[in-house]
Amino acid sequence: MNARNLAGMAIVLALACALPFVVSEYRTFQFTLVLVYAIALLGLNILTGFNGQISLGHGAFYAIGAYCAAILMDKYGVPYWATIPVAGAVCLLVGFLFGLPALRLEGLYLALATFALGVSLPQLLKYHHLEEWTGGVQGINVLKPDAPALFAELGLPLSQDQWLYFFTLGITLLMFALGWNLLRGRIGRAMAAIRDNHIAAEAMGVNNAMVKSLTFGVSAMFTGVAGALGAVAVQFVAPDSFNIFLSITFLVGIVIGGLASISGALYGALFIQFVPNVADEISKAAPWAIFGLFLIAFVYVMPAGVAGAIHMGMARLRRKRQNP
Amino acid sequence: MAFLEATALHASYGQTRVLHGISFAMEEGTITTLLGANGAGKTTTLRALCGMVRTEGSVSFGGQRIDGRATEDIVRLGIAHVPDGRGTFVNLTTEENLRLGAYTRKDRGAVEADLERMYGYFPRLRERRGQQAGTLSGGEQQMLAVSRALMLRPRLMLLDEPSFGLAPLIVKELFGILRTVNEKERVSLLVVEQNAAMALDLADHAYLIETGRVVLSGSADDIRKNDAVRRSYLGY
Amino acid sequence: MDALLHQVLAGLATGGIYASVALALVMIYQATHLVNFAQGEMAMFSTYIAWSLVNAGMPYWAAFFLTVGFSFVFGVLIERIVIRPVENSPVLAVVVVFIALLVILNSVTGWIYTYTIKTFPSPFPEQPLFGNKYMSSHEIGAICVTLVVLMLLYAFFRFTPLGLAMRAAAQNPESGRLVGIRVGWMLALGWGLAAATGSVAGMMVAPIVFLDPNMMGGVLLYAFAAALVGGIDNPAGAVFGGFLVGVLENVLGAFVIGNELKLAVALVLIIGVLTVKPSGFFGKVHVTRV
Repeated sequence: MNARNLAGMAIVLALACALPFVVSEYRTFQFTLVLVYAIALLGLNILTGFNGQISLGHGAFYAIGAYCAAILMDKYGVPYWATIPVAGAVCLLVGFLFGLPALRLEGLYLALATFALGVSLPQLLKYHHLEEWTGGVQGINVLKPDAPALFAELGLPLSQDQWLYFFTLGITLLMFALGWNLLRGRIGRAMAAIRDNHIAAEAMGVNNAMVKSLTFGVSAMFTGVAGALGAVAVQFVAPDSFNIFLSITFLVGIVIGGLASISGALYGALFIQFVPNVADEISKAAPWAIFGLFLIAFVYVMPAGVAGAIHMGMARLRRKRQNP
Repeated sequence: MAFLEATALHASYGQTRVLHGISFAMEEGTITTLLGANGAGKTTTLRALCGMVRTEGSVSFGGQRIDGRATEDIVRLGIAHVPDGRGTFVNLTTEENLRLGAYTRKDRGAVEADLERMYGYFPRLRERRGQQAGTLSGGEQQMLAVSRALMLRPRLMLLDEPSFGLAPLIVKELFGILRTVNEKERVSLLVVEQNAAMALDLADHAYLIETGRVVLSGSADDIRKNDAVRRSYLGY
Repeated sequence: MDALLHQVLAGLATGGIYASVALALVMIYQATHLVNFAQGEMAMFSTYIAWSLVNAGMPYWAAFFLTVGFSFVFGVLIERIVIRPVENSPVLAVVVVFIALLVILNSVTGWIYTYTIKTFPSPFPEQPLFGNKYMSSHEIGAICVTLVVLMLLYAFFRFTPLGLAMRAAAQNPESGRLVGIRVGWMLALGWGLAAATGSVAGMMVAPIVFLDPNMMGGVLLYAFAAALVGGIDNPAGAVFGGFLVGVLENVLGAFVIGNELKLAVALVLIIGVLTVKPSGFFGKVHVTRV
């Protein structure tokens, strides 16, 4: 992490902080969602990009986090900020438990199993025996939180959207720092070793089972936290919002953004939030056709995603400067 | 121009170069053997001839250049390759394996006659015609592999270590059939072997390959009498 | 007892459809060791083509066979153009391409035909055969069509030289080349046959569930379960699995867990088979060499 990188991040952070004061409420809300997706994508990337386990069902963890937050807020009056860590903890556990049987599944088969989870999820959420909790087909509505009174007293009144944005930004920074720390350390290297050659990794002393299950848990935790934040931002959870296309959206995000890249999560989140908005103008079906075309294009042409392209571009610039 | 000719043939697996400019030639109707120790590049040479590995240099067969062509096309020119490990279709029956050998042929009636001829050479295959090829013994699978290649009615047959893992008596039987096929049907044979004694008995000409290069060549008789060869490869 | 029999028979009818899609999946898996996540959407797209033909006035069976032919060509083209470039890429790249195919087909269909549900005709009469009260004529007809398709495929692979060549190329591509088989084209042919089989399944299921771009989602899941139960590399197993899953889905749905959770049956089967016995009932156990 050199001075140039730090300076860059500081600038981006400053811009991010200034954002809610210069754009409309709705835009601020959209950027809040970008941050939410960034956390979710980082979660998926930890599992798929860094550890090589393909998940086509991460929407399920997002949904669990979202429902956790909604149920706690709606049924038990838990304040919104307290639901985030609970959602994270629940998903950490569920992810870890899911990761245990998943250990035996390689590549394609894991993709298949998670795909099945993603497809059957809405039906599970609509199950009438669970309706008392999940609100059935209609889902659950939650109230939008107000900014803490403190800000108004300090002469800096924040609207609900602005407060939510900063709240989410704070959590995002926290989660990214957590992720960066994890991936940089021993566990991160173990994860990558397993991805690149799991037999060799085991032979070298990496406890594959533990690392893989933990990775699943951590990845689910990130996405669950995102889900909870998303529920608070959107003020609503319902089964049909969590279908297989949500999981596929996340996949699109990490492929476009860049696998095995932390900054990629941000690029991917920007893509999945704003492209549908633009594409919707053309036709209701257009966003997905575009997603599909971009997926194929990126696999053929830019397999390292936007982050990878930027990285290579900068490397090339650096080389040019060294050898004029 | 010789029947089969390789000139300055280089071959690599990925970044690793295995053949360093091999050159040899064969006349039609002859039997040539490539000798050498494990890892010398003999198998790679056969694979290079068939387009199964990346090559530089030229290979010509019957006057046409075949280097750079796809394996499937080279087969259609009349080259049958009995690969290292036999390449049997283990989940198909013995007879299905044999019929596949004739896949590219259009003369249905002659194919049936050839099938009978193979069963004539190797009666044990007829007994096992409906059995899954993977359940055959090593010797039987080798016979199957050779028969499958013969079903092509090839002009040239490449054999990679046909004696591998076989009892000496079976090797004698097999080589006897190879000699018959060469004499009666004018099928040229290029045989890669570690069993130098038997190979030199069968062949007309021999090349000795070490670490991807030809180090010695000549008639089989001359090679057999060569002192260095006798000490290193013939054991006396 | 009556109700049970009805559910079993209806299950066999839908089971035949699952068996067809499962067979398509297995055909592609055998040749490429890849699971075609887009199989359902390809079948769905074909069914819409059939709908267009019928809507334009073409008699049913003419539209049927034309669609099967179109699907075959479509499958070949997809393999040659979309799949070939990533044949040797890492698993994730291939999965992404399949998913991309899935969403493109789904959205293009929605774009062209809109998302309103349409009815799709059945070639079989409205009245139940012999006035029986257990199965509709369409259900009986679907089973018959499925069985005919399965038998034709079996005969093709077992008794024709081309079928033999395709089997050989799938099992051992290198040896296949050594006997002159154009392995690349065998792959394309396999995709063509899989697509054609899928289209038949689509046209048989559409009258039951009505035509809409998302109609094959559940079917695909059941087909995955069926293929895994039977052994992902075993065609006969896929067929067996299909009928089994169809019956299980109906019986469990009607008597045990309620109709709402039917997809969960597929999910449990998939995860169960993958964790407990990945090679299914009839598949081969794979050993990874280090």
